[in-house]
Amino acid sequence: MSTPEPGGVSRRAMLKGAGAAAFASVLGRGVQAQDGEEAPAQPKEEGLQSRGPEAVEVVFTLNGEETKLVVEPRVTLLDALRDRVGVTGTKRVCDRGACGACTVWLDGATVNACLLLAVDVAGAEVTTIEGLAGEAKLAPIQRAFVQCDAMQCGFCTSGMLMSCAALLRDVPRPTLEQTKHAVVGNLCRCGTYPHVFHAVQEAAQ
Amino acid sequence: MSNEQLRLGFEGFELKAEANVPDGAPRPWDLDSKLRVVGTDVPRLDGEDKVTGRARYSYDQRFPGMVYAGILGSPHARARVKALDTKAAEQLAGVLHLEPLGDELYYAGQPVVGVAAVSEEVLDDALAAIRVDYEVLPHVVDTDAAMAPNAPQAVPRRGGDGNVVQGRRDTSGDGDAKVAAAHAAADVIVEREYRTQVQTHSCLETHGTVCRWEGDQLTCYASTQATFAFQNTLAQALKLRPQNVTVITEHMGGGFGSKFGADAWDVFCARAAKATGRPCRLMLTRKAEHLIAGNRPDSIQRCTFSASKDGKLLGAEVHSWGTGGVAPSASIANPAVYAFEAQLSDQHHVLTNAGAARAFRAPAHPQGFFALEGMIDEVAKELGMDPLELRRKNDPHPVRQRQYEIGAEAIGWGRRKADGAGEGPLKRGLGVAAARWKHNGRPGCSVRCRIGKDGSVFVASGAQDIGTGTRTLLALMVAEELGLEPSAVEVRIGHTTDPYGHGSGGSVTAPSIGPVARQAAYEVKGQLLRAVAERLGVEAGALALEGGQLTGTDTPLPFAKACALLPVDAIEATGVGTRELFSMPRFAPEVAGVQFAEVEVDVETGLVRVVKVVAVQDCGLVADPLLARSQINGAVIQGVSYALFEQRHLDPKTGAMLNPNLLDYKIVGALDVPEIVAIPFSVANGISTTGMSSLGEPPAVPTAGAIGNAVANAIGARVRSLPITPDKVLAALGEV
Repeated sequence: MSTPEPGGVSRRAMLKGAGAAAFASVLGRGVQAQDGEEAPAQPKEEGLQSRGPEAVEVVFTLNGEETKLVVEPRVTLLDALRDRVGVTGTKRVCDRGACGACTVWLDGATVNACLLLAVDVAGAEVTTIEGLAGEAKLAPIQRAFVQCDAMQCGFCTSGMLMSCAALLRDVPRPTLEQTKHAVVGNLCRCGTYPHVFHAVQEAAQ
Repeated sequence: MSNEQLRLGFEGFELKAEANVPDGAPRPWDLDSKLRVVGTDVPRLDGEDKVTGRARYSYDQRFPGMVYAGILGSPHARARVKALDTKAAEQLAGVLHLEPLGDELYYAGQPVVGVAAVSEEVLDDALAAIRVDYEVLPHVVDTDAAMAPNAPQAVPRRGGDGNVVQGRRDTSGDGDAKVAAAHAAADVIVEREYRTQVQTHSCLETHGTVCRWEGDQLTCYASTQATFAFQNTLAQALKLRPQNVTVITEHMGGGFGSKFGADAWDVFCARAAKATGRPCRLMLTRKAEHLIAGNRPDSIQRCTFSASKDGKLLGAEVHSWGTGGVAPSASIANPAVYAFEAQLSDQHHVLTNAGAARAFRAPAHPQGFFALEGMIDEVAKELGMDPLELRRKNDPHPVRQRQYEIGAEAIGWGRRKADGAGEGPLKRGLGVAAARWKHNGRPGCSVRCRIGKDGSVFVASGAQDIGTGTRTLLALMVAEELGLEPSAVEVRIGHTTDPYGHGSGGSVTAPSIGPVARQAAYEVKGQLLRAVAERLGVEAGALALEGGQLTGTDTPLPFAKACALLPVDAIEATGVGTRELFSMPRFAPEVAGVQFAEVEVDVETGLVRVVKVVAVQDCGLVADPLLARSQINGAVIQGVSYALFEQRHLDPKTGAMLNPNLLDYKIVGALDVPEIVAIPFSVANGISTTGMSSLGEPPAVPTAGAIGNAVANAIGARVRSLPITPDKVLAALGEV
C-alpha cells in the first residue's frame, strides 16, 4: 500500500498528478490534480476519455483467459492481479518500479505491474508466473531454477523468472552479460544471482 | 549411554574422539559414515512451488471479506501528539476500524494511528484524511551529534542521563593493565579509527501478518522467522493463552534477523480483525520497513593493535560507539579470531531518534570484522609482512589454517602486488579476511515423523524456513535414515500446532533440528523393523532399510510393501532434542571460514568493482552442498552490498530518512555481483548425531573486511569507512 505521509505525496497521488499533468499539456490548461481534490475536468477534445473516479470495467486476457474486472482507475495492475483476481504469484515489494518483483508480460514485453494501472491493460494480453509454462507443468527456465537452486526465500523468484524467460524467448543462447542485463531490474535480497545466471545457461542448453 | 569411537576432522587433519551417545540414539555421523543422500546436491523440495507462484506467503493470503490495515507513522523524529482529528477518515465509506497507537513519539515512522478499510485504496484515502497536530520536539539522529554533552536526550533511560550507554566491557586477564603492558612490549603499534554505516534489512516481503478469528481462536499467517516466538508474543499482547493463537508460516520472504516476535502493528492487525469481525491483512509499506522494522547499527571503532617485529600479535584495544536508534544495541565483534596476548573491548551504545536496531545476519560481526581485519592488514603493513602470513601466524583454528591455503590458491594470492602498484587508471588488489561463528545447535526442538501403512512418510516441525531450505533439510535427514529418496518424504513446516522448533536466529535451525529429525526417523524405523520382523518371524536386528527397500529378508521388500505389514494404520515417533544429543566432544570450538576478494578500482573516478570473491566456509557436515552454496553466495553478495552501497541516510535537520525506498537505498544488483567461488568445507566435528553446524551467518562476517583490504592493496591508501564510495576513495588518494 502506498501510505501517504501528511504533507507528502503518495505514489498513487503522484500517478494521478502525472496523469493530470499529461492532460494539462494536451489541453494547454493549467489543471493540476492534488491528493484529495476532484479529478481534472473532463477534456472535451475528441478521442480522449476521462474515466473514474468510480469503478470502471476492464477486460483483458490473463494467462490466456479473458478476464473482466471492475476497478477504480487508480488501482494498479499489480493490486488488481493480487487483490481482485487473486493471482498472487506476482509479488509486491517496493511498489514503485525499483525492484522488479512484480514483473509480468504485457503483450509479451516485461513490465512492472506496480507502475501500470489496471485500466491501462484493457484489451491487452497479460502473462504472470502462473501462465508462464502454458500447458506444460514447468517451463524449461522454471525447471532450471529448481535444479540450480536459483532461489532462497523465493520472493523475487516470480519476477526474476519472467525476466529470464523473456530473455530466453528473444535470445535463445544468451551470454552471461546479456543475462545480467536482463535481470538488472530484479532485486534479490538473499543474493541468489549466481544461481540465476547458471539456471539461464542451463535452460539455454 | 554408549561409547562410540568417532573419526573427526577433515581430510589431512583427523583425530579420534570418544563420544557418549545417549541410549536410543544412532551413532553420530563422522568421517567413516557412508552417507547416501546427505552430502549430495539435492534441489529444494519446495522449489516447484516457488517457481510457479504457488508458494503462498503471508502477503498472499486471501480470505472472503478480508480487510486491509495500515498505519500512519510519525513524520517527525521526536514529537508529541497534541491533537488527533480522525473524523474525516472515519466518515469515509469503507473505513471499518481506526485506533490511536501512540502519542509520545521517539522516531520517524513510529505508529500513530492504525486503520482498517475494505480496500488498499480506501485505506490510503483514510490515512491521508487523518489530521494530527504534533508538538515537534528537539531530536538527534546523528551518532556523533548524539554524543555531544548538550545533545537532546533521544529517549528517556533508566539509571542515567545522556545518550551514551556503556555496553560490554571485555578484558582478558588483568584487563586494561595487561593490554597496556602488551602495547609497551610491542615493536609496532597501530592506532586507527574505523567507521561503519547503518544498514537496513530490506526484506523483500515486508513485515506483517494476516489475522483471522474463529471464536476465541486466532490464526495468524505471519511473515516471521520465529513462529513460536510470534505465537507467544502475540498471545501475551492479546492476553490469550498461546494455544489460542496458531501461527502459520509456510513461506516467508526474507527476515535476516528482523522478524522474530509479533510487533505492535501485528497486534493491531489482530485487534482490527476482531473489531471488524473479518480477516485482516497488515503488511508494512516499503518506507515503514526501512524506518521501523530493524537495521544494523553503525559503529565508530577506535582501535589500537600492537605486535612484535616477528609478527606475534600482542595487544588489541578497541573502544566503540554506535547507534541502534532508540535501542541500546550497538555491540561489535572486535577483537576476535586471533590469539592476542591481551585484549580489551570497551563498547558503547548511543541513543538516537531512529527506529530500533534488530539482529541482522551475524549481528556485531560484519562491522567489527571490517575494522578488525583492516587493523590486521595495517599491522602487517607496518611490519612489512604479507597480511596472509600474519594471519596464519596468529590464527589458532586448525580449519581456518587449511582454508587459508585453499582460498589463497583459488584467488591466486601469489599475484598480489605491492599496495598501489598497478599502472592505473584501473588498479586491481587482493584482500583476505576471516570468519567465525559459534556451533549453534541447541537442545529443545522436537520433530515428528510418521510412516503410514501405505508407505508414505510424513515429517512435521513447527519451525519455519527463512530461505535456507528447512523442508529439504528435514527430508534429507529422514530419507538418509529410512533409505529413501528425499522426494519420497512429505514435510510440513511452519505450523505452531506441530512440534516446537527454535526461531531462526544465530544460525541455529539446521544444527538444532537436524539431529532431532534424524532421531525421529531412527526411532520410527525401529518400530517399523520390529513390527515387520514380528510379522515375518525374523530377528529385527537382521533387517535394514536401504535403497528404497527392506533388506535382510530372503528377497528384499520394497519400502511400501514392508509398511503394508504394519499392524496399525500408521506409526510415529517424536525426536526430542535432549541436552545429551548436543553434548558431544567438539573437534573445534568454533565454525571457521575465510574469504578472499579481488577488486578493481578506477583511481580517476573512485569507483570500486568487486571482481571475484572466494569463500571457503565450514558448517560442520555439509548436508546439501547446492543449498549451502546458495547461502554462501547470498552472504557474500550482501557483504558486497554492505561494503560498497548500502547506507541509511537520515537528515540531521529534520530527522527524516532520505532514501526510504529501494531506488535510493542502494542494494547490489545483477551487474554488481562478482564472480563467487563458494566452497562449502565439510568438517566432521562431532557436535551432534548429524554434525551439522551453523551456516547462514558465518559467511556474512568477513566480506566487507576482505573488500576493504583489497581496495587498500589496489590503491595504496586505506578507506576506513563503509560504504566504500567513490568520494571516500578519492579522498583517501588525496584527490579531493
